[in-house]
Parts: sequence; structure tokens; C-alpha cells
Amino acid sequence: MAKIIAGVGCSHVPAIGVAMDTGITHEEYWKPVFEGFKKSREWMKKQNPDVIFLVYNDHCTAFDARCIPTFALGCGVEFQPADEGWGPRPVPPVKNHQKMASHIAQSLVLNEFDITIMNEMEVDHGLTVPLSVMFGDIKQNDEWPSLVIPLCVNVVQYPAPTGNRCYNLGKAIRRAIESYEEDLNVIIFGTGGMSHQLQYKRAGLINSDWDKRFLDLMTEDPVGASQITHLEYLRETGSEGIEMVMWLIMRGALNENVTEVHRHYHVPASNTAVGHIILENNA
Amino acid sequence: MTEKEYDKIPGTIVFDADKSREGYHLNQFCISLRLQENRDAFNKNEEAYLDAYPMSKEQREAVLKREWNLLLELGGNIYYTSKLAANDGINFQNLAGRMTGMGVDSYREMMLKGGRSIEGNRDKSEWGED
Repeated sequence: MAKIIAGVGCSHVPAIGVAMDTGITHEEYWKPVFEGFKKSREWMKKQNPDVIFLVYNDHCTAFDARCIPTFALGCGVEFQPADEGWGPRPVPPVKNHQKMASHIAQSLVLNEFDITIMNEMEVDHGLTVPLSVMFGDIKQNDEWPSLVIPLCVNVVQYPAPTGNRCYNLGKAIRRAIESYEEDLNVIIFGTGGMSHQLQYKRAGLINSDWDKRFLDLMTEDPVGASQITHLEYLRETGSEGIEMVMWLIMRGALNENVTEVHRHYHVPASNTAVGHIILENNA
Repeated sequence: MTEKEYDKIPGTIVFDADKSREGYHLNQFCISLRLQENRDAFNKNEEAYLDAYPMSKEQREAVLKREWNLLLELGGNIYYTSKLAANDGINFQNLAGRMTGMGVDSYREMMLKGGRSIEGNRDKSEWGED
């Protein structure tokens, strides 16, 4: 049977992708950001997951204002990196485990999570930047080391799904994955965050104390974290900090007791606090 | 209109269903600039390009004058308006420098020093606003 072995929380700041794509990660500004992912890349190599279930958000790329699904599951064969206005990132297309994705789609709906099924979808930095930071440089003509099942969450138009809903969706995703009959190792990613506000007069807000408490809760008290209100996210972590509900989907798919094997936190990357955590499911 | 719980947060516009409705055509115009051919057409003749998007007069003026904060007040969302900024060669950080009124350099400096503190930035009363 398939098995979720670990969860990864990780920011997706577009400028991190640009730094990798233009080869400036050694510069003073970027060095501390990437230093914190060294251990993560070694860990990824060792885990060598067959499949990554990647929870992310689209930035009006695949879904502009015409269509705003709260949860959309990628079920197509592969997903091309999108042109977000400055050319597509020079990274390989993302290949799906299509059979497992179909199984998950069916299982989720029968478990009363009525997701949208996407058979054609481009993916933006929200998905490819976390892959890049965790795998390191992968050339455009190469392949990502793992298959990827994308789950896209609306966090652009308020309200995003509640933390509680996300946490429970994570549990349903786990049931779906672990009822898939092939013996596969799966790592689930929850991406986005941490505190940041990109817009209007309060732009630039960073709340490191809050972020660090959130990382603690990820390890020690996920149920507590699932009860954080939208108002608290908006006020304490900035209008775009609400992306962190996506980490709760990842956390819901893990055991209540996990082992934190790595954590990284740095301010700033462009307008954003970069946060990262690796949690292994205790055997 | 009934006050929303997040209306008390200073310097913040929450892009909710009301804003989304109001800003629909504005945002669809902005996102069209994701593609080079559309940027070329827009840059050739802004007025003519905008004719295809039935936005309000106010929104149209705000686009032409690049009033970044007003665009948000009129229903624009940052992930959309940032495409207009990108067309003008303004990245996210520089756009933030403009929206905050701080200017690009002092905004960047603030971010390097750890960003805008949450202290004094939770409630409009702390900004001397209602």
C-alpha cells in the first residue's frame, strides 16, 4: 500500500525561483535563505519519494477571476510551468502519478470533500518554487526526481478555506493515499507563507514571533493550529499570510505525533518571511 | 454596509467577494498582461486596449494614471495589479515601496531590518483612523 512518510512546510516566494534561475543564490542577500535548505536537499535525496502530494496556491495563472475553485486536484498527465508575465521558469514539466490522482479524486468526493478535477492545468511559481528549493537545480531537459500530484487551494479571494477544513481535508487525503494499493512512498508538501503582506499601505508586515509559534504548533499542537481564525491570520501575519492554511492540509495528513527533523526561518526574501519545516511520521 | 470584522485592520484591503465583484473587469484586464502579445498591444495603445474591458471610468483612470492604491480600493487585487506593474518594469518589492508611500529604498531597507513590525499595526485606532 502507499504510505505518507513525511510532511514538508515551505514558502514559495517567486524571487527565490528567480534567484535560482539566474544563478545568484551565492549573493549575500540570498545566501542565508538557501543555507537553510542544504540539509533539506540531502534529506530529500535520502527519502527519494515516489510521489509528492503538493498543496499549493495558484496566483491567477491557471485560475483567473473567471473561475475560483476552493480545492482543485491535478489529474492530468503533466503540468507545464506557466508564463507568469516574465517567461516560464526554466524547469521541467511536472509529471503526475495519474492513476493515484484519480484514486484520490474519487476517494475525496466519497469522503465528502467535493474537489474540482483538473485534467489540463499550467502551474506557476506556487508549485515549482517549493520543488526547486527542495530538490535543488534541476535542468529544464531533465526530470523532477519524483512524480507530483498537485492540489491547488484558493487563498487569493477571501475567504480561503478555514484551517479546520484544511486540517480535515489532510486527514481525508491520507485515507485516500493509504488506500492506494501500490507500494509507494509519498511526501506531502504544504506551501506558502509565512507572514507577509504584499499590498496597500501596510505592505511589508512581518511577524516573526507569530511565525515561530506557528512552526512550534505544526510540530506540537496541530489541532490548536487548525483553530486559528482568518481574522488572526489577516491581522497578525498580513493579508497574504493566510496562505498558511495550506500547511494545515499537510499537517492533517500526518500522525498526531511527528518528529521534527529540520526547521529554517529567515527574513526577508523580497517582501516575505521564509519558513520551512520537515516533519517525519513516527513509525 | 455592515462592517466586516477585518475592516479594523489598518492599511489593508481584504480582497473578498464584494471586492472581487467590483474589480472583475479591472482584474481580467490586468491578468491579460501576463502574455507578451497582449502587453505589446496595450503598450501600443493603452486607451484602445482598455476599450475591450467594461470597467468603470474611475478604474480606467486609475489604470492610465497607475494609481496603485486606488486600483486596490476599486476592487483590484495585488496578484492582478502586479501584472500591470510588471509590464511597467516594477517588481513586487518596488510596487510595495510605492503603495506604502515609503519609496523603494527605504522600503527595501525596512525589509532588510526584519520588515514592518506588528506592533502599532493591528488596529486602525493605532493609525489614528476610525
